Amino acid sequence: MAQIKVPVVQNILEANERLAALNRQRFDKAGIYAINLMSSPGAGKTSLLEKTIEALAGRLNMAVIEGDLQTAYDAERIQKKGVQAVQINTDGGCHLDGNMIQIAMDALDLTDVDLLVIENVGNLVCPAEFNLGEHDKVTILSVTEGDDKPLKYPLMFQISSVLIVNKIDLLPYVSCSMDAIRKQAHQLNATQQIFEISCRTGEGLEPWIRWLEDRVRAQKKRMG
Amino acid sequence: MHEMSIAQSLLTIILDESARHRIKQVRQVNLQVGAMAAIVPESLNFCFELLSRDTLAEGATLSIEEIPVVARCRDCNLNYPVENQVFLCPQCGVPSLELISGRELSVVSIEGETGDDDGSN
Ligand SMILES: Nc1nc2c(ncn2[C@@H]2O[C@H](COP(=O)(O)OP(=O)(O)OP(=O)(O)O)[C@@H](O)[C@H]2O)c(=O)[nH]1
Ligand SMILES: [Mg+2]
Ligand SMILES: [Zn+2]
Repeated sequence: MAQIKVPVVQNILEANERLAALNRQRFDKAGIYAINLMSSPGAGKTSLLEKTIEALAGRLNMAVIEGDLQTAYDAERIQKKGVQAVQINTDGGCHLDGNMIQIAMDALDLTDVDLLVIENVGNLVCPAEFNLGEHDKVTILSVTEGDDKPLKYPLMFQISSVLIVNKIDLLPYVSCSMDAIRKQAHQLNATQQIFEISCRTGEGLEPWIRWLEDRVRAQKKRMG
Repeated sequence: MHEMSIAQSLLTIILDESARHRIKQVRQVNLQVGAMAAIVPESLNFCFELLSRDTLAEGATLSIEEIPVVARCRDCNLNYPVENQVFLCPQCGVPSLELISGRELSVVSIEGETGDDDGSN
């Protein structure tokens, strides 16, 4: 028996990268701006979506892809707000991948959709490695999780163009320093946009909504 | 546990390459994993062991080389190692987003035995 050593040099995630690129082409062709919304469980992804839908009603057409381990609760919350939503159950899987998005897109009517939001599975680690084809990654950190999270989960915070600090209505009750969060986020990603929001009171939502609208407009312009 | 899906992709690559190079039994797979990659090596090993059972990669060792995080300063072009997640140029204090290395998740080579007679017996 001959022993051999063969050079390979291949990115293990290449198959996913290829699917993500195809998804991106599809978004662009349809003139859709897409974001990948990530956070730990319960930081407020679905709550932010509900608030965003209310604010954009009559101004933009939205569609939502909901990733969840087991249930369809989040998709139902979105549908109640009058926006089309499709649920992907990962059946225990800790992240969405390019293939799941491809399948989910087939279940949506993408005509006239301006903004597609993909709510990822609640997890600050795994989703960071899987591109879905989105234009921007948005990470939510809620103040009750503590102000040391960016440095503990550096990849997630570094690759996100936007950081939303949510539940700021609870700041008086927890020891969480906004300065510490800003400093760490800046250290990992100096160009990151930070929005401080309370989905409960609505405080701070306005700048986020304006940012989203700008991005949707920029996408329309880019794609003619 | 996204190591399971990463192990699955890894196994697919190994089986494809083995077929192409007529490897009958894989002994070792050499990988590069960036320090910034969100991967736990023990967990990857565990998942790979499970998935590779009854394949020609069963029993193969995953040899993982950890690649340090290196960033490039776009102002002075200095490549510098990133320590304690500080992405600031030590020379001019400018933050940088450009990673030279640190996010690798790659197969570098596969070692194994072909069915061919090498004449040694
Ligand atoms: N006080 C306060 N509570 C909030 C705020 N935003 C969300 N919550 C609460 O936090 C809990 C979790 O919110 P969700 O929106 O379901 O969080 P999620 O990130 O979608 O959760 P998963 O999808 O399960 O990972 C709910 O009980 C919300 O009412 C906020 O700004 N302030
Ligand atoms: Mg949710
Ligand atoms: Zn410099």
